[in-house]
Amino acid sequence: MCLAMPMKIDKIDGQTASCKAGGLFQDIRIDFIRDAKPGDYVMVHAGFAIEKMSEKEALENLELLEEIKNAL
Amino acid sequence: MLCERQFKNPKNTESILNKIRELSGTTGPVRLMEVCGTHTMAIARSGLKSVLPESVRLLSGPGCPVCVTPANVIDMILDLSQAPGILIASYGDLLRVPGSRQGDSLLTRRALGGRVESVYSPMDAIRLAEEHPELEIVFLGVGFETTAPGTAACILEAARLGLKNFSVLCLLKKTEPALRSLIEAEDFSVDGFLCPGHVAAITGSDAFSFLPEDYSLPGVVAGFEPADLLYSVLSLMQMLAKRQPELKNEYTRLVKPEGNPAALALMDRVFSPASSDWRGLGRIPESGFALREEYAPWDALKKFSLCPSEEKEIPGCRCAQVIRGVLPPSGCPLFRKVCSPENPVGPCMVSGEGACAAAFQYGVQ
Repeated sequence: MCLAMPMKIDKIDGQTASCKAGGLFQDIRIDFIRDAKPGDYVMVHAGFAIEKMSEKEALENLELLEEIKNAL
Repeated sequence: MLCERQFKNPKNTESILNKIRELSGTTGPVRLMEVCGTHTMAIARSGLKSVLPESVRLLSGPGCPVCVTPANVIDMILDLSQAPGILIASYGDLLRVPGSRQGDSLLTRRALGGRVESVYSPMDAIRLAEEHPELEIVFLGVGFETTAPGTAACILEAARLGLKNFSVLCLLKKTEPALRSLIEAEDFSVDGFLCPGHVAAITGSDAFSFLPEDYSLPGVVAGFEPADLLYSVLSLMQMLAKRQPELKNEYTRLVKPEGNPAALALMDRVFSPASSDWRGLGRIPESGFALREEYAPWDALKKFSLCPSEEKEIPGCRCAQVIRGVLPPSGCPLFRKVCSPENPVGPCMVSGEGACAAAFQYGVQ
């Protein structure tokens, strides 16, 4: 039940966002996501977005993995 | 999209594994624990245990919310499901969990005429309440901090709509008090923690700093792809080899040090800390969430004057020890013999995220 999935916001109506994931649409809630807008990626858990994700942060994360690998 | 593939297919796997092997020469045998059902399954699925050196053991701790819900609480829910006019709305995982009598679950109660619906989100339960004004909808709010803010938002929505036929049975739990209780137990023998990435997305990675600060244990907030897991194990091994325990955040693409302040504020608005009963760990003060007084009309405990009976464990079932990482699933006398995913005895075999289900499905310890 803790399974979370990244989804891309397509449309927003109040606290509800229509999201795309793997070609499917799903309505989720964005009650505690600040400044959510169409095009944003969010991590969705039990019907609620728990946090935003960005390409930039994903790239920085990959850099961090490199750092871990190269540390002694 | 979001460089996902690179987290799924880590580069240089062999050289990272070599590093881990090398470090294990310095550290000696180590036991690393994850405390998240999704980690349990991600580790089993990735085959990580089979490629790590034998001296590096990965254990599952109390991270599956269904598994840590005690049998007497399940019994209480089962009794409630038979009450006239009540519809139980629950995440699917909980439906097959037996109470203290083997085979007695929400699914079997539904077959006996109880109204039980599986929902994906607490908002689905709100919709059920709107569609069925003739029924009392009771949503089973299980989960950790990842699930708590959504449950809080749902209670606020019920209050906004003035729903009179909706309530939440709040079984939500906090990670930190359970970890402290586990660490302070006499039989604790874990050298480092893989901290749950989606809990930390809400609480912040800083919420796990107590591991190095209070207990000199290293911790890494980890994501759920093979690369996340592999690098997090490497990071723990590096800290153990240097004997410099710290809290590190490997899942930076989602987890911030301070977490999600809007979600934390929402939880605080609706819930206050309360003691909670855990399978395997007993009653832990301030390890659960209770609805604040102003939301009492949506509190199923108060609305139906619910009180669990005394704790009764299922005879022979060792889930309580498995949950604490003291016993591997194969150490339970029922594992594979009497207890299987088709005919589960305890919650660790029922839940798709339970340690026993993972061990059964993927043939690992």
